[in-house]
Amino acid sequence: MPAIPLANAPQPAQTNPAQIRNFCIIAHIDHGKSTLADRMLGITEVVEQRNMRAQYLDRMDIERERGITIKSQAVRLPWRSGIDGQEYILNMIDTPGHVDFTYEVSRSLAACEGAVLLVDCAQGIEAQTLANLYLAMENNLTIIPVLNKIDLPAAQPDKFAEELAKLIGCQPEDVLRVSGKTGVGVEELLDQIVAQIPAPVGDANAPTRALIFDSVYDSYRGVVTYVRVVDGKLTPRDHIQMFSTGVRHEALEVGVISPEPLVSKGLGVGEVGYVITGVKDVRQSRVGDTITMHNNPAKQALAGYKDPRPMVFSGLFPLDGADFPLLREALDKLQLNDAALVYEPESSAALGFGFRCGFLGLLHMEIVRERLERESNLSLISTAPNVVYSVTTGDGKEMTVTNPSEYPDGKIEKVEEPIVRATVLAPSEFIGTIMELCQERRGILLGMDYLSEDRVEIRYTLPLAEIVFDFFDQLKSRTRGYASLDYEPVGEAEADLVKVDILLQGEKVDAFSAIVHKDKAYAYGTMMTGKLRELIPRQQFEIPIQAAIGGRIIARESIRAIRKDVLAKCYGGDISRKRKLLEKQKEGKKRMKMVGRVEVPQEAFVAALTTDADIDKAKAKAKE
Amino acid sequence: MSSSLAFYVHIPYCARRCGYCDFNTYTPSELSLGSDPSAIAAISESYLDLVVREISLAKEVTQASHVPTIFFGGGTPTLLEPRDLGRVITAISSRFEVTPECEITIEANPDTITPEKLAGLREAGFNRISFGMQSAVPHVLASLDRTHNPANVERAVSAARSAGFDELSVDLIYGTPGESMADWEQSVDQALSLPITHISAYALIVEPGTKLGAQVKRGEVIMPDDDETADKYILADEKFNSAGFDWYELSNWAKSGSECKHNITYWQGGDWWGAGPGAHSHVQGRRFWNVKHPTAYREKITTLGNPMADEEVLDAAAQQSERVMLELRMRSGISYSSYSPEVVAGLKEYLAEGYLEQSAWQDGRLVLTQRGRLIADRIVRQILF
Repeated sequence: MPAIPLANAPQPAQTNPAQIRNFCIIAHIDHGKSTLADRMLGITEVVEQRNMRAQYLDRMDIERERGITIKSQAVRLPWRSGIDGQEYILNMIDTPGHVDFTYEVSRSLAACEGAVLLVDCAQGIEAQTLANLYLAMENNLTIIPVLNKIDLPAAQPDKFAEELAKLIGCQPEDVLRVSGKTGVGVEELLDQIVAQIPAPVGDANAPTRALIFDSVYDSYRGVVTYVRVVDGKLTPRDHIQMFSTGVRHEALEVGVISPEPLVSKGLGVGEVGYVITGVKDVRQSRVGDTITMHNNPAKQALAGYKDPRPMVFSGLFPLDGADFPLLREALDKLQLNDAALVYEPESSAALGFGFRCGFLGLLHMEIVRERLERESNLSLISTAPNVVYSVTTGDGKEMTVTNPSEYPDGKIEKVEEPIVRATVLAPSEFIGTIMELCQERRGILLGMDYLSEDRVEIRYTLPLAEIVFDFFDQLKSRTRGYASLDYEPVGEAEADLVKVDILLQGEKVDAFSAIVHKDKAYAYGTMMTGKLRELIPRQQFEIPIQAAIGGRIIARESIRAIRKDVLAKCYGGDISRKRKLLEKQKEGKKRMKMVGRVEVPQEAFVAALTTDADIDKAKAKAKE
Repeated sequence: MSSSLAFYVHIPYCARRCGYCDFNTYTPSELSLGSDPSAIAAISESYLDLVVREISLAKEVTQASHVPTIFFGGGTPTLLEPRDLGRVITAISSRFEVTPECEITIEANPDTITPEKLAGLREAGFNRISFGMQSAVPHVLASLDRTHNPANVERAVSAARSAGFDELSVDLIYGTPGESMADWEQSVDQALSLPITHISAYALIVEPGTKLGAQVKRGEVIMPDDDETADKYILADEKFNSAGFDWYELSNWAKSGSECKHNITYWQGGDWWGAGPGAHSHVQGRRFWNVKHPTAYREKITTLGNPMADEEVLDAAAQQSERVMLELRMRSGISYSSYSPEVVAGLKEYLAEGYLEQSAWQDGRLVLTQRGRLIADRIVRQILF
């Protein structure tokens, strides 16, 4: 019986590093990571059968609904090896599974000595998994390749074992085969984790160094910081110090997660657990930072700390202007738990008061918006996302532009935009389609490799701005959902960019301005003016809609004046009815925004800022 | 107390229902009277007894002294016998002062008009007839479910003239699905060739709950676009003007002195009593209306002596809304002297765009131009919010 009753298991702060194995699971969204984790909790008996629920470790509703893990956690699992009969402690560190959180993934990986590469044996490896695998290999982690879902009728374990073997340089028969659902092979996997992954190494007598790989705000406890102790130890009442900021805190509580929090006497070398200091803001406990002791600080921080840097910006405005304070409150609350979210107040002539928000990427943006709407019951309009531009003006001044409305009007010497290295994995039949899409989006082909006979990895450099503009949706629809995408920032490049403004009756509508490549300015202009012609109702005068670069008009449409807005009949019995209709129309007028003299319904803003893919998504949601 | 009260008498019966109509009217089969139109005549006497009782109620409630106008609408009032309708007029004149100048109108279906009936109506006291002509074009009439032969209109109007009616009006409908501009012009020309003093012309309104409403919703019938309908209004207005008919309300044109006084009462906020099922009344800032179905009407009036379904008392804001909404429809217009500077500034834009008469503006009044009449509801909203 390999499970060890918790009470008899080696205790935190008293566990020999040689008995510890720290590992994470690298997997794509729906490849069964959570189910496998659930199964591990069951087999090691840290969760009693009657308390088990699906996706035990995914805390937030959004995570469970979307099947993705946003925040990682670390679970301490006691295990008696079926191979040598010895007791071990396995720390399973969960990693976020999406492109926007590469840095967080890298910190989780840095807390481990090994990684389980988990691949659905009906689908094969996906681009993000591949990217995280490369990241793990760069971190010198021991990789244990595992095919999941071998119980599925569509499973092709031989084919994908071949693919994995080729990727990590092992033999196909070394690839483990499990089913998280039925439990087949999971005990063997736990044994292999013990056998293959090296024990952590550290100096118990050196000044304390602990790596923060996650930090989560809890409304009752304040910030819960997840750490991996590298050297020394962490005990309650310690006066700890953050390396990056020098800020001091007292460790009020130290413990492990198993999988509910368990207060401990401390954490020793190689151990993984949490620290609570009473701080209320995750920015004071940053992912990647090193914790040391105030009275005996380490000389050098652990490598790899980076400030989170927002890559994508968008304006968020409440549909009802009166909700602005509520939005501020909601953002403040969200930021306690999201060190990567930045925002500052913004006022738009068209949309009123809101916030300019910076995100790690598109998914991060979507998650933030959804959480704001769901948790604070807000209805929001978001402007089209854009990236950060470095603009050098004619007089040699350099500036950073995160909002098209800040784009300078005068002569511009040069503009630089962020560039990413994108990896697309797809069945080889889509090579042409994918290359076409990437070329349209100003991509430069870096290379292409066959992962197996019919699956390829295609690498491009692309401007991030192009990815931000519905690239992923296009990729999915053009490859019938088969392609997967990953990207990482690789710097900036100069580009021929212009700002396109949209004018209604000569008045600039700030919400619709966009920074686009010169060759795409016309397409943006005609798309936007055409959309607005359909969306804005006719009024008592003709409304010219123009797209302009500076003073030059590049596209125009016009909404003809309304000819008829009257009900022909109004006699005795019609009067009350008509007056009540007027009262209703009065309500409708409140939802109009004035742009100069032009009344624009709020729905028009929402629709104009929505891509076709968004509309499809909304439709799909409505159907559910 | 010397106050005036206009009367509207509702006749809630039709031989058959037209596809566009959402009026409160019932066919013999809907009233379980079989399919014979003459069945209506059989119940008319007892129905009009109820109306007479309501007229007594009106006297009790309002204590008004005289009645300037009486209007019989429907439904199809001419389905009833003139002498029965005459009893209602007598009931009014025996309780209120009714002078020879009193305008007494009946709506008439050209098909139900005969020289004998016209003579009877004259005798009963009627002095004005409004004919439901709608169109002179057979396929347009068919789209509207109207069964009359266009030639009947001319015959009926001439016969009415011969019977001694001086005030004659026709109703036209434009914007019917399938109606071309030439069709409409033909209807307008045909109407103007008749010996009439008044014309009403209405753009067809698609009402929910009607056959037409359902057809439009299902996509079986496509309504003409608003721009085309606006063009038809302009064509009619031009032709009516040339023929000496001036607009006095945005859907009504008349020879000088032949305006419908009864309808002007509605638009100028006067007091009127509507008798019959579903009829609305307006008396001194209070609106009330009767139960809709003839059977419920009979029930209520016989058991409670009052057929009212509900009422509303108009507060100052509601009165102001109605005043703007109604008076702006009229050529006499409305004074803007009490409006806020913001509202006046907004209206100036409409003036500049040619929706308001310049000369009236100089005199402190809002009077709609031809283009302005076509967007009257929008201008009302501009004033009110």
